[in-house]
This record gives sequence, C-alpha cells and structure tokens, in this order.
Amino acid sequence: MLKPENKIFKNLYNDHGWEIDNAIKRDDWKDTKNIISKGREWIINEVKTSELRGRGGAGFSTGLKWSFAPKEVGSRPHYLVINADESEPGTCKDRDILRFEPQKLIEGCLIAGYTVNAHVCYIYIRGEYLNEGKRLQEAIDQAYEKNFLGKNSCGSGWDFDIYIHYGAGAYICGEETALLESIEGNKGQPRLKPPFPALVGLYGCPTIVNNVETIAVVPTILRRGGKWFASLGRPKNTGTKIFCISGNVNNPCNVEEEMGISLKELIEKHAGGVIGGWENLQAVIPGGSSMPLLSKKICDTITMDFDSLIENKSGLGTAGIVVINKDQDIIACMARIARFYKHESCGQCTPCREGAGWMWRILDRVEKRKATFSDIDLLSDVTKQIEGHTICAFGEGSAWPVQGLLRHFRKEIESRCREEPLIKKKTNNPYLVDQHLLENKNA
Amino acid sequence: MSLKKVHSDQPKEFKFSDENLKKATDILKMYPEKNKKSAVMPFLYLAQRQNSNWIPLAAMKYIAKLLSMPYISVYEVATFYTMYNLAPVGKHFIQVCTTTPCLIRGADKIVSLCKEKISPNENEISTKGSCSWMEVECLGACVSAPMIQINDDYYEDLDEKSTKEILDSLIKDKPLKPGSYRGRKNTAPEKQQKVNGENHA
Repeated sequence: MLKPENKIFKNLYNDHGWEIDNAIKRDDWKDTKNIISKGREWIINEVKTSELRGRGGAGFSTGLKWSFAPKEVGSRPHYLVINADESEPGTCKDRDILRFEPQKLIEGCLIAGYTVNAHVCYIYIRGEYLNEGKRLQEAIDQAYEKNFLGKNSCGSGWDFDIYIHYGAGAYICGEETALLESIEGNKGQPRLKPPFPALVGLYGCPTIVNNVETIAVVPTILRRGGKWFASLGRPKNTGTKIFCISGNVNNPCNVEEEMGISLKELIEKHAGGVIGGWENLQAVIPGGSSMPLLSKKICDTITMDFDSLIENKSGLGTAGIVVINKDQDIIACMARIARFYKHESCGQCTPCREGAGWMWRILDRVEKRKATFSDIDLLSDVTKQIEGHTICAFGEGSAWPVQGLLRHFRKEIESRCREEPLIKKKTNNPYLVDQHLLENKNA
Repeated sequence: MSLKKVHSDQPKEFKFSDENLKKATDILKMYPEKNKKSAVMPFLYLAQRQNSNWIPLAAMKYIAKLLSMPYISVYEVATFYTMYNLAPVGKHFIQVCTTTPCLIRGADKIVSLCKEKISPNENEISTKGSCSWMEVECLGACVSAPMIQINDDYYEDLDEKSTKEILDSLIKDKPLKPGSYRGRKNTAPEKQQKVNGENHA
C-alpha cells in the first residue's frame, strides 16, 4: 500500500483547498526556478531515470518522448499540448486533477514547455468539463498574478503562456493527432503517422502531446528525484497512478496507489469490495473500455501495471477499472461498449466505420437471443478485420473489448445463439437487395 | 460520427452581440494570426450560447465570414462534434450518460424516468417547463455513476428518488443544485452508501 508521504496528489478529494496559496503549502512551485536552471538535459535524464510512462493509455516513456523534440528551435516554433480530453468510459482521473490539483498541472506545463522549447501550451479540455475548465482558468490566472507564468515565468527567464481550448464531445479527439486537427479548427480525424507530432504537429510545427496526469506528476518527480519515483511500483512500471474504480463496487472512488498493486487489494481496500462479495465477481475491465476484460480467475491474482496486464492479453490503459458482478448481463455491457464505439468512430477508415456498427449489431442480436452460431465466427472475423487496418488506435480500441469477450465468455455467447434455421424463409426479392434490411420495418 | 438533423425553421440573420464580439477578439489572441481558423470551435460555442443553446445555419455563415474560411468547413465542424446543437433544445437540457459504467449502476432507470416525466422521445421539448433530454456517451464521471448533465452542470451519484426530485425541480423551473446526491465529498470513497434514501451494503 502506498505510504501517505509518497502520495503525489494530496488534494485529490479537495480536503485542503485547490487555490494557489494552499497549493504552495503543499510544495507546489517550490524550487521551480532551480529545477529549470539545471537545464533540459538534466530534466530529461531525471524523467528517464524515473521510468515514467505516459498515463494517457499507451504507456510510452515520457522522457524518451520529450527527447524527440528538436534540440534547436528552427524557423517553426515548438508547441506543448496537454490532452485533457478524458472520454474513455471508466476514466475520470484527469477531472479531479483539473479541479483540485491544477497548480501541479500548470507547473508541469512550464517545466515540460521549457524542456521541449515551447513558449505556448494549449490545454485541450473536453467540452463537457466546462466547470473544470473554468476552474483551471482561475488557477492559471492566479499563477499569472504570482508571475509563475507569462514573461520570465517564475524567474526562470523563459516566457510561457497557457491557453485552454475546449473540445465539443468527440471521443476521437483524445487521439493526439485528431486533437491537433481539432485545435487547428478542423473535424477531429486522426492523421497518418509518421510524421509524428514531435516533428510535424500543431500548425505543422514540432509538438509534444502529453496526458494531464503525466505532466502533473513531473514537478514532484523532479523535486524528489527520479530515483524516488522509480523506487515505487515494479521495474519498468514505476511510480504511483490514480485508479478510478467504478461499476459494481460498494464504494466507487478515485484513489492514488502504487503501480503493481494487486487488483483484489485495490477493490477490497479502497472500493469496499465487490457488491455481493468477491465470489460474485464476473469480470473486470482493467483500463478503460478499450482494454479487453479479465475473467474472475485472472482477477484473483493480477497486479495492476502495464506489463503484467499485457501478459494477460489486456492493458492498463488509463487505469479506469470497471467492475462487473454476476448480477449484470455481460453481453449487454459489452454490447453497450460496442455501441459507444459505433457512435464515436470518426468515419475516416472504412474498417472501423463499418466494423464498429457491425460488431454492435451482432452483439445486440446475441443479447436478444436472435443470433446464430455462424454469427460468432463472423464477429470474431470482423474484430480481426478492423484491428491493424486503421489510421489510429481507435480500431484496436473498438475491436479488443469484443475479442476479450469472445476469449473469456464464448460459452455464454454460444448459449444464447441458435442453429441456422433448417428451412430458410423464402423471399421474392432480387438477391442484390439486402434481405435483412427489407425484413426490418425501420429500414 | 453523430447523426444530427439541421432544424427546419432557420432564422435569416445572425450576428454576435457586442459583448460576444469582444470575447471573440480575445479568443483570436490565443492563436497565431495566420491560424485564426482555430477559433472556429470557441466561436461556435459563443454562437450557441447567444442563440439559446443551438446554432442556426446563419451563424455558421457569419462565423465563416469572420474567420475567412469556407462555409462548408464551419458546417463540417458543427456537424462533426456532438455538443453543437443544430436544433433547439429545452431551456433545461438534460444529457443522460448511458455508457457501460453508468448502465451498470442503473442509468436505464434514469432514462425511463426522463421518458415518463419529460417526453417519451429524445430531443423533444416538453410541454411543461421547457425541458428536453437525450442519451449521451460517457461524460467522464464514472465513479459518480449514474449521473446526468443539465446544461453545464453535473448531477452525480443519482438514484431513482433523487432523479425524480431533480426532474420535478426542472419542470418547476427551479433547478436543484448540482453535485453529488449521496452527500459524498467529490470522488472520495464513502463509509456508507445510501440508495433511494436507505442504507445499502
């Protein structure tokens, strides 16, 4: 269990006040000038030593990402972009950082901005978080008043400005290149990579995109040393992480814990256990809806970190844990997730645009016991057709949860399917017409 | 991709109010001069707020002119993002999150309450109290599920009893306060949970 002194987000529940004066009491903005004066190389090395991995889902090494930014500023300015478009079902950690620990984020922005040679930072907040955005703006204004931002920020000699850009309800804008498109004033459709944003990003300029939580932990890492951070958790999976535990638990909550904590401990100690007891557990989605679910057998022993979840064919993602107990219809739960992806696909790549709807329709049929056995293989085939055939990772994100369902609950699906009817209904329509559409009154 | 219908009855003209024009100039300062197209999303928000929470086509044309970009690009953006309403919504616009974490905790009950109290269909303005409701995807408050958003505010930790109270207050045009309806502090774990006013587990 994480010791209280090792907690980074001490004000996660707003027990001590979010205003800048309270934040300074919690050691925010302490020695910031000193840290910056140690230089870019030192900062990147320290972040590399800490083995901090991005908290937005992919788990890419943050120090490495920063080192991709060109060392010298050429004719194009550099940008820092913070991804606060938190829309992954099951995840609500960034919201609490924006509301209650905004100074950690702002300080992190300054340090990261200095490190990657950016004078301007855009924070992309999802449109629904309007109140959180207003709070962050207040916090930014407070930081400007204290001269922590603006010209010669914090006495470091670096000019730095932060602006907030609101999204408008598109999940896909959490993908970094779609987010950049959205800031540029286009619809949020991802770009092909390479070139990566670190070289060609916002307005065609070098841009580093980081998640809120990643940036917010950086100042503490630099103050307490990369080695301290690396001493928490497991090797290559270091530090602390905010876990969001939702679903069928007695006390759903956000909690900061050490990486590599066992899932059972996390649920029983912090979330008051599964409703109906641990034996009543059916499945857990460990990292937001894009990650395949885990069966109870795996949940008994699994630890929550990037690598051990990958070993079990899932992933830590954003660490949004959704607990599903036996009172729930697992197929209905996953069909709803498939519907989410159908709704949120940006429509750019055909496999994803068509496949997401296809998966939802099949799962919907299974849920209503109208599917046939051949539908199961078809479903499996569709997930394989989407995966790896799209511009961005949304394709994987929509296909993996269905694959997880097929892997762990195939029997349940089979029990709801029936054989192909022996006598097929005769129809007189020419075969080019989609028969199933004609049968449907709403078509 | 969202499926949205443009309202059939469109106003002929749209112009930013003086106050919004001032805000618009401030917004433009956020972006590099040659990239003023970036301001299209904030401008659409301004237009939506000015025009009782929906965007008429005239506003898109106006914004296109203001940012010297093609009208179709503005139209593209306005139709792509789900938070831009292209048809009128109720004065109290209720968005019910029904994605899995909320569904598990009983979002379907909230949907049926909305159908019963407000209108049988989504996006229909109620006869009483000018409300409308719709189902939306994850609103990012999963540990406070089930939850709804009314205009800008989140109402969290709901159950049938509290949802009824909230919806009734909207119909009477005296909305209750946003926040948790189980009296918990933000997203901290609770000691004891109440459902429909009774202790639970």
